[in-house]
Amino acid sequence: MTAADVLPPASGPGDANQSPTAAPRSGSFWGDVLRRLRRNPAAWAGAVVVGIFVLVALLAPWLAPYPELSSPGREFLRPTALPGIGELAQFPLGIDRFGGDVVSKLIWGARASLVIGIVSTMFGLLGGMVLGAIAGAFGGWVDTLIMRVVDILLSVPHLLLAVSIAAILGRTPLAVMIAIGVAQIPIFARLLRSSMLQQRESDYVLAARTLGLGTGRITMTHLLPNSVGPVIVQGTLTLATAVIDAAALSFLGLGGGRPETAEWGRMLTYAQTELAIAPHLAFLPGICIMITALGFTLLGESLREAMDPRTRKR
Amino acid sequence: MLRTIGRRLLLLIPTLFGLTVLLFFWVRALPGGPAAALLGERATPEAIERINEAYGFNRPLPEQYVTWLGRLIQGDFGNSIETRRPVLEEFANRFPATVELAVMALIIAVGVGIPLGYWAARNHGRLIDHLSVGGSLVGITIPVFFLAFILKYVFAVQLGWLPTTGRQDRSVDATHATGFYVLDGLLTGELDAALNAVVHLILPALALSTIPLAIIVRITRASVLEVVNADYVRTGRAKGVSQGVIRNRFVLRNAMLPVVTTIGLQAGLLISGAVLTETVFAFPGIGAFLASAIFARDFPVLQGFVLFIAVAYALINLLVDVSYSFIDPRVRVQ
Repeated sequence: MTAADVLPPASGPGDANQSPTAAPRSGSFWGDVLRRLRRNPAAWAGAVVVGIFVLVALLAPWLAPYPELSSPGREFLRPTALPGIGELAQFPLGIDRFGGDVVSKLIWGARASLVIGIVSTMFGLLGGMVLGAIAGAFGGWVDTLIMRVVDILLSVPHLLLAVSIAAILGRTPLAVMIAIGVAQIPIFARLLRSSMLQQRESDYVLAARTLGLGTGRITMTHLLPNSVGPVIVQGTLTLATAVIDAAALSFLGLGGGRPETAEWGRMLTYAQTELAIAPHLAFLPGICIMITALGFTLLGESLREAMDPRTRKR
Repeated sequence: MLRTIGRRLLLLIPTLFGLTVLLFFWVRALPGGPAAALLGERATPEAIERINEAYGFNRPLPEQYVTWLGRLIQGDFGNSIETRRPVLEEFANRFPATVELAVMALIIAVGVGIPLGYWAARNHGRLIDHLSVGGSLVGITIPVFFLAFILKYVFAVQLGWLPTTGRQDRSVDATHATGFYVLDGLLTGELDAALNAVVHLILPALALSTIPLAIIVRITRASVLEVVNADYVRTGRAKGVSQGVIRNRFVLRNAMLPVVTTIGLQAGLLISGAVLTETVFAFPGIGAFLASAIFARDFPVLQGFVLFIAVAYALINLLVDVSYSFIDPRVRVQ
């Protein structure tokens, strides 16, 4: 047991004991979480994968041998075969049906995935936080109304909801991001509300209320900061789902944009027809999607474990 | 028990009612409205005007909603824009295929997942435990349709062991009484037809089962780990209760509650997964039809299918809650 573990308020196995320490953010709770993350090899693996992914996405213009949307290998296209891995020196992983360099497309695809992941998770997170916070803070009929709508949205399987929303918004990349994000709103809203409801009954909120603080003030300074833990975990896990969902929507033909767009899901979709002659065109982007999703999942799971009051004492 | 079921069914009504409102406005929010969606590329202003007049799309929204809801209650979900056939009929024709696929996937997921999770928990901290935890993480993060590609490539294209598409070979002369091909084959005694249908199910069901399988392994492992160190298990051991009884009646039965909940929650995943898996394997179920309806913006089909799926989803979860009381007598008392 380290010194930080015995620091007074962070000790409790129960929510009520553990949470107030999260409020000032200066000390034990987040410090403890970080320490536990550092000791967990799964967290390291996740962090390394996510780190590489983000770096590749950010540095794509310098890393990729060819510009985005370019078809440098057009002259090598033949109707029955596509140059595969190692067949042409200038295209180490071969070219696709548009004559695009597969290495470049995978690198540019990382950037597309990062943008989709972040933008859609932001949509879900913000929407869910606003709804969940309103429901959790006010209670009463506001809570009932919001939660009924959330229940209705949850009665439709998640991917189907995203697909239905994307179908209204039209076939553009932004529509896909909004659709994936909006489909996440009910999950975030419910999560934040339940964690705020737990806080609402706690002693320090009662103390704040006795001191005469208004609902808005208590929500912003007490309830929200103490309820974000599970939301951060869910947010990390949602990044993984978003990357997979974006590929799925692309696969269903909802991606939008030009067909040769460098995006993993899109590459996988077109590779379907060339599965017999060029299976690597499907395997490479598929493996990229998988590894990225795995990285975010490992990170999210480790974070959940590190924040879980039941395992924190060990 | 009956009262609980009745109450749950009643609670379903407002949710479904809310869903119809959302679905109604969802179509009105389509760019150009329902008329443009109906006409597709043939949408000229005059044509839109004509459709609006004919279908009543220019009437006040509340009036339109009430008319539409009235038709829904009578079982009229409109006609598919693509096939021109009633949505209800399209759904009924394809539903058995998807149920067969989902059941097969669930059999794989439960049949492999529970023993594997149990085994991992009993070997906590050993290699097999790490392997199953790692494997289940991969199972959760692998995109369903990517896995479907791999399976199709390896077992159908390369090895040629299993068929790539469809539910049954055309050459098989089978009678279809119920629409469930495997069941049909068994009922009529055409065993070759049943076997042929099963062979067609293997690859899509394997692809569809991965996510539920991975989740079931994790939950089983976690809940067995929680139960296995409980006092009553130790007491049982001390009393000399046999290993088999401890495993089946002490550990597994108590560990099954969270697992059953999880199985219920898989219904949504199975339906979402079916949209993708059925598309890859050209399997004629509701998923593949829905995927093509999405692409063609066949909104009556989308509206109807989303509604049916929500009902099915809710009923499955109700069934799961009811099954609790059979597994756990404590729930029955409350």
